[in-house]
Amino acid sequence: MRQVRERAEKSRHKPAALGPDLDLEAFSRVGSTPKYDPDYRGFTPEERDRLLKAGIELTDQEHAGTFFQADAAVVHCRGNQPGVEVKTIVEALQEYDWLPDLLWSLVAVDADKYTARAELALDNGYFIRALPGAVLKEPVESCLYLRTDRFSQHVHNVVIVEPGADLNVITGCTTHPAVTSGLHIGVSEFFVRQGGRLTFTMIHNWGEDVHVRPRTGVLVEENGQYISNYILLKPVKTVQMYPTVTLAGEGAVARLQSIIIAHPGSELDIGGRVILQAPYTRAEVIARSITTGGDSIARGHLIGLAPEIKAHLECRGLILSEKGRMYAVPELEGRVAGVDMSHEAAVGRIAQEEIEYLMARGLDEDEAVSTIVRGFLSVKIEGLPPALEDELEAAIQESGKGM
Amino acid sequence: MSMLQVKDLWVDIEDKTVLKGINLEIPYGETHILFGKNGSGKSTLLMTIMGFARYRVRQGTIYFQGRDITHAPTSERARLGLGLAFQRPPTIRGVKTADILRACAGDRVSYQALAAAYDFTPFLEREINYGFSGGEIKRSELLQLLAQDPALVMLDEPESGVDMENLQVVGEIIGKLLQKDRRRPRREKSGLIITHTGFILDYVNADTGYIMMDGRLLCSGNPREILDHIKKFGYVECEKCGR
Repeated sequence: MRQVRERAEKSRHKPAALGPDLDLEAFSRVGSTPKYDPDYRGFTPEERDRLLKAGIELTDQEHAGTFFQADAAVVHCRGNQPGVEVKTIVEALQEYDWLPDLLWSLVAVDADKYTARAELALDNGYFIRALPGAVLKEPVESCLYLRTDRFSQHVHNVVIVEPGADLNVITGCTTHPAVTSGLHIGVSEFFVRQGGRLTFTMIHNWGEDVHVRPRTGVLVEENGQYISNYILLKPVKTVQMYPTVTLAGEGAVARLQSIIIAHPGSELDIGGRVILQAPYTRAEVIARSITTGGDSIARGHLIGLAPEIKAHLECRGLILSEKGRMYAVPELEGRVAGVDMSHEAAVGRIAQEEIEYLMARGLDEDEAVSTIVRGFLSVKIEGLPPALEDELEAAIQESGKGM
Repeated sequence: MSMLQVKDLWVDIEDKTVLKGINLEIPYGETHILFGKNGSGKSTLLMTIMGFARYRVRQGTIYFQGRDITHAPTSERARLGLGLAFQRPPTIRGVKTADILRACAGDRVSYQALAAAYDFTPFLEREINYGFSGGEIKRSELLQLLAQDPALVMLDEPESGVDMENLQVVGEIIGKLLQKDRRRPRREKSGLIITHTGFILDYVNADTGYIMMDGRLLCSGNPREILDHIKKFGYVECEKCGR
């Protein structure tokens, strides 16, 4: 533990390898102190509406577990069904003597000043564990909420899917309607044990001056599956993240999908890396980005270390504005014979020919553009909350308007 | 009033004048055939009638059922009853064939039933035109038109890229689109078809044929006679005649 602390101290000012550098002192550490809220009574209708747009329904029904952190304070945290544990990370670290060894095992504490900050000034975070063999039909809903303007929120999350268990987590990250600026640092370490399955859907719906630095590591053991869906539809100042998934056991599978809209003023640098360490592992990274005026970098990196692996990377970007910029950076790295890795990257505007083709079938121009954008974003995400489906459709309609 | 009337139509693509004073009239229930070498302006005429932005009308007027549509948006023309089967339609990733057929059909017909009738059901969930063979593209285009049910059917080389096995199916769909089995005046649909091979003449009641050369309609007449002439002599005599 002391060694971790020392490494963090040494990295206190270390800039991240990617993304704009932030002055951490520019943010406040004085947040709100809401009380524990067992039945979500403390939320105004405006807040509820805002939360719903991040997929957060604020109900213990139809959720296997629920977790809500506002600024530094955990206001709701419970497992609602047998087979799942939902705790704050602070509690879990006290309760389980094996947990400290897992902490910082998938993300390096000294990676940069953001990871260091999460260690040195931790607020809290969630601990979610699906017990061996537990198949949870309903998702665990978790929310990380910025309630105070300019607050710097530091969380560390751990998800463990024990052997044979099946867990679905939906995390909505958003701000209070009155909050426009702030910083969110979120370290997440996920462990998918033998034959387990984790579906992790993260929705970002931050304010337009909020900076976001998630740091995620995932370990998937033999025949385990990790499915990640990331959705960013609303304006945000900067997001820089490059989650890394290690497929450590034979037959492990990872699928990372993202749907990203870069609005004017947004600077996004979002990637996905999969290390295929064991034979017969498979990975797919699919990124669909749209810019309506912001900058978007879509990265993907597949590293094949064992024979008989198969992996595919797809970065596609659509430019819907004169001002937006789009970069696709796909990387394939094979270190042994017998790897099968491929990539597809394409960045462009909607071809006039495609719009006119649809118009020749009777669609007006706006409908034609929406149809093309909807097709472009048609990544299958199962179990999306209905409110979010509506948000996605609204975003599709909206993004075509600048054409 | 006729189905389509084109008056002194001059069209530019970028800086080049491609159509040079086209005059054409298609009465209700008639199908007209365009012959001509590649690059003579046949496709440009169809694309201009459909209203695509790349084809700039410099002069002239297009009337559809008596209404001036020269500057109407493509979608409005489609809704009024103009339909075009593309020779090389674009691939649109992520957009399913079913999505487009549904849009074409509206509440008029069941697109699923149409697809089933022409063995096209397996293609419904596929991305439109992505990895389709030549014959599959044509079938997809023609099914879209069947769903749209246009009053004026425009076909750009419906036989190109279609294998022998599919030719008959393609021909039958076109016959249905143009109400081959009805006699005038009960036949209401009109057609404007570009063909190189003339195969289509077996499947429709073609009334008039034209030879197009260098952006002009040179002569008109019985389409079979024109085709026979082209088969025998090529376009050499037309070139002489056009000078």
